[in-house]
Amino acid sequence: SPLGDHPLIKNEVVYIIPHGPEREGKPREYLKAEVLRVRGKSAEAQVFESTAGVRIGDQVIQSGDMLSVALGPGLLSTVFDGLQNPLAEIAADHGFFLPRGVLTNPLDTTRKWAFQPVRKSGDMVQAGDVIGTVPEGRFEHKIMVPFSLNGAWTVERIREGTFTIEDVVATLSDGQGKTRDLTLVQNWPVRRPIPDRLVSSGRAERLYPSEPLITTMRLIDTFFPIARGGMGCIPGPFGAGKTVLQSLISRFSAVNIVIVVACGERAGEVVETITEFPHQSDPSGGGTLMDRTVIICNTSSMPVAAREASIYTGITLGEYYRQMGFDVLLIADSTSRWAQAMRETSGRLEEIPGEEAFPAYLDSSIKGIYERAGVIRTGDGKIGSLTMIGTVSPAGGNFEEPVTQSTLGTVKTFLGLSAERAYKRFYPAVDPLLSWSRYHKQLATWYETNLGSDWVAQVEEMIDLLRRGDEVNRMMQVTGEEGISIEDFIVQQKALFLDMVYLQQDAFDDVDASAPLPRQQETFGIVYRVAKHAFDFPEKDEARRFFTELTSLF
Amino acid sequence: DHDMVSLQVNSGTKGLANNASVRFLGESAKVTYSENILGRVFDGAGTPIDRGPSLSNDPTVPIGGPSANPMKRVLASRMIRTDVPMIDVFNCLVESQKIPIFSVSGEPYNQFLARIGIQADADIVVFGGLGLIFDDYAFFRKQFEDAGVFPRTVMFVNQASDPVVERLQVPDMALAVAEKFAVEDGKRVLVLMTDMTAFADAMKEVSIAMERVPANRGYPGDLYSQLARRYEKACDFKGSGSVTILTVTTMPGNDVTHPVPDNTGYITEGQFYLHSGVIDPFGSLSRLKQHVIGKVTREDHSQIMNTMIRFYSGGRDAEQKLSMAFELSDYDHQLLKFSRLFRERFMDIEVSLPLEAALDLCWQTLAECFEPGQLMMKQ
Ligand SMILES: Nc1ncnc2c1ncn2[C@@H]1O[C@H](COP(=O)(O)OP(=O)(O)O)[C@@H](O)[C@H]1O
Ligand SMILES: [Mg+2]
Ligand SMILES: [Mg+2]
Ligand SMILES: [Mg+2]
Ligand SMILES: [Mg+2]
Ligand SMILES: [Mg+2]
Repeated sequence: SPLGDHPLIKNEVVYIIPHGPEREGKPREYLKAEVLRVRGKSAEAQVFESTAGVRIGDQVIQSGDMLSVALGPGLLSTVFDGLQNPLAEIAADHGFFLPRGVLTNPLDTTRKWAFQPVRKSGDMVQAGDVIGTVPEGRFEHKIMVPFSLNGAWTVERIREGTFTIEDVVATLSDGQGKTRDLTLVQNWPVRRPIPDRLVSSGRAERLYPSEPLITTMRLIDTFFPIARGGMGCIPGPFGAGKTVLQSLISRFSAVNIVIVVACGERAGEVVETITEFPHQSDPSGGGTLMDRTVIICNTSSMPVAAREASIYTGITLGEYYRQMGFDVLLIADSTSRWAQAMRETSGRLEEIPGEEAFPAYLDSSIKGIYERAGVIRTGDGKIGSLTMIGTVSPAGGNFEEPVTQSTLGTVKTFLGLSAERAYKRFYPAVDPLLSWSRYHKQLATWYETNLGSDWVAQVEEMIDLLRRGDEVNRMMQVTGEEGISIEDFIVQQKALFLDMVYLQQDAFDDVDASAPLPRQQETFGIVYRVAKHAFDFPEKDEARRFFTELTSLF
Repeated sequence: DHDMVSLQVNSGTKGLANNASVRFLGESAKVTYSENILGRVFDGAGTPIDRGPSLSNDPTVPIGGPSANPMKRVLASRMIRTDVPMIDVFNCLVESQKIPIFSVSGEPYNQFLARIGIQADADIVVFGGLGLIFDDYAFFRKQFEDAGVFPRTVMFVNQASDPVVERLQVPDMALAVAEKFAVEDGKRVLVLMTDMTAFADAMKEVSIAMERVPANRGYPGDLYSQLARRYEKACDFKGSGSVTILTVTTMPGNDVTHPVPDNTGYITEGQFYLHSGVIDPFGSLSRLKQHVIGKVTREDHSQIMNTMIRFYSGGRDAEQKLSMAFELSDYDHQLLKFSRLFRERFMDIEVSLPLEAALDLCWQTLAECFEPGQLMMKQ
């Protein structure tokens, strides 16, 4: 039970100080925990780290704050754990292993930033208003009035110059003698969407997504698009290519900022990202991929409760950059590990389990995170977006399980990977007969304007061709090639051709890895013409030879 | 219930009275770590079982320690040669990789694991036996002794008749000493463990005894995290040594969707699929192979690998046609010959060949079956 006279607050962060290390002359450990249930005078808290050695009687410190992140310049190119501890900093201080209970500053407090005010003293400001900017790499990072501030305030003082994130750059007053110092950094509780209050007070507006996010993956952009500010998921059994596909999307998509949430999967994959991104150029601007990326790394052997928090941490950072008018992409690998972390905590609280022991609120929690994606018109009239794409790792590769099902009930693009296609090395192993996008209609106007009025209808025809090709294929498995007509055989060959040259895209090929939209349009035109052409082959062997040769030309 | 604790009794609770006394030692589980553990065999409690000298005065280290900081990992880049062509040619084992052999009861997975332990170019081999029957334990020990690797091997063996709770400690002990050798001595350590399904089953048993709600077929909801905490100990430490983990995971009912192989597959960097006495190139995957193929191996490696797989896949289609009594073309007959040779020369787990010799044999096999124009290989 807590010391002092603070009330017990649900979702408050508390710190447990195990007695052990102090006794052994080692530094104090502060085990971060979140209060999940309050009952009268006692609270149950989920500790974010190992609780080994914690005993009855250990001191608990209440922070008075909900689980929060620091928002300010210096987030880009950084690798954080799920609670926003900077991992490079921890490595520098503690070596090979992750110690528990260390307090860190998420952002570098010594680095200086050139602050350019856009307000002057006497101006009236409210939560979310931009007071100035600092250059963060090639981005103009907007410094905003804390989103939590109530009411209208007057700028008392504001200064231009070079500051650390902790220096006071402006002072506001509320006209009744209360003042508030502003620095380059503010804190925000991760479990609350940043725009909620801004939207309800009319200082921001949520818009209907109407443009596609161009990923340069043919299969996505042409067949199963995701809206900019929309949401999609990539379920698939292990080894089917979820991580590779997500990594391609994060590298080639036309966005300003990318937040990578490595949530409960392999550390080695994050090492790949942080090794490669600094050497790859950002397709949407100057600099490297790393310059535009924030990595939240809470991989599978890192504390499980922090894994649950990691998605919220990532989303909050994404919302923050969206609030500056940037197009942000958040990818999470994997949301199933997040859901499992939630299941572990729920089990410890002895909540009544639902299907496969997931908590009853699984579905609403999934909807809660994806709903934080979206397009926002900010107070200064800029438009920012946050697109969210999560992988799902269904138990046994079976899409009937609860996490996949709830996710499918939420997102509007479903890229379902099939083990069978991965097995044949048909990458990306997205099953075109299983996957869907509910954005086709929503984006129709954009396609009409940008790719012509026939585009959507032609894409649908090609999906139909794939379906017919599949039917012929299945027939052939029963009757052999000799058992089907030449017409059916040609349909099957056309579908295979479309599959081989358009749907498949080799992630490890320097050229093919990314197909910009104009190139997609051109290739699609050719493939479409072939698919519609009435061929007259006397024999199957001749048809096969023709399509094999045609395929090899691509 | 605030002043109650639950205890798990290592040796089981049979015959315990309710007035038995309990003594708290105030410390967590540890394992002996010194030069002297090389060439020694311990049980799941960390006690030597090889009649060698006592090590009770040697230093100990805690087990189940914290995770490596991802910033202190380096990208996998060095191949571990095994002289098994299905591994070296088609799915390279890479330093710091964690990879299981997926197999089924009755298959020679333990022989295969022992062979890799002996042939792999590692500085130190740490062996973890989980629920091994005595004969299997004796087999591994004899293999390591006969091959002369025993002096650089440490064995932790929980036998089938040993307490189940001790089974849970074996991976942690094996990995704690492996990690020490890697970090403190800069050694390239290979950890072998068999059978991780027995480990998961032990976890299930304990979890059910503790009345925790099972998630899937009786396994606890944290099965993934528990397995990952062990497998993620595989690591190439920046500026120091490395830990590579090769395990056996038997698939109950040969079902890859069973929770144990399923969760394992999500964690590990691929799998070797051993069935019918051969390593199947389909279903096997090394996720790290692209880091070494053609980079530290011969230039023609990547292309020959893809070509061989393509023809073997065609060969299997031809076999299917044959079995369905469909018409076979001349080309189908070529493919049939190829797949027969492929099985004999490469897939058989008894085959032992250095990588370069295996690549040469690939070329030879292609030449015996096809015309150059049929290969469709870029020049
Ligand atoms: N688009 C792709 N192009 C080429 N190879 C791929 C592609 N996607 C996946 N692969 C292969 O499949 C392996 C597993 O992919 P990965 O994304 O790690 O699977 P998952 O995350 O679904 O378990 C990769 O290591 C790579 O060899
Ligand atoms: Mg420091
Ligand atoms: Mg993955
Ligand atoms: Mg690795
Ligand atoms: Mg914008
Ligand atoms: Mg190293």
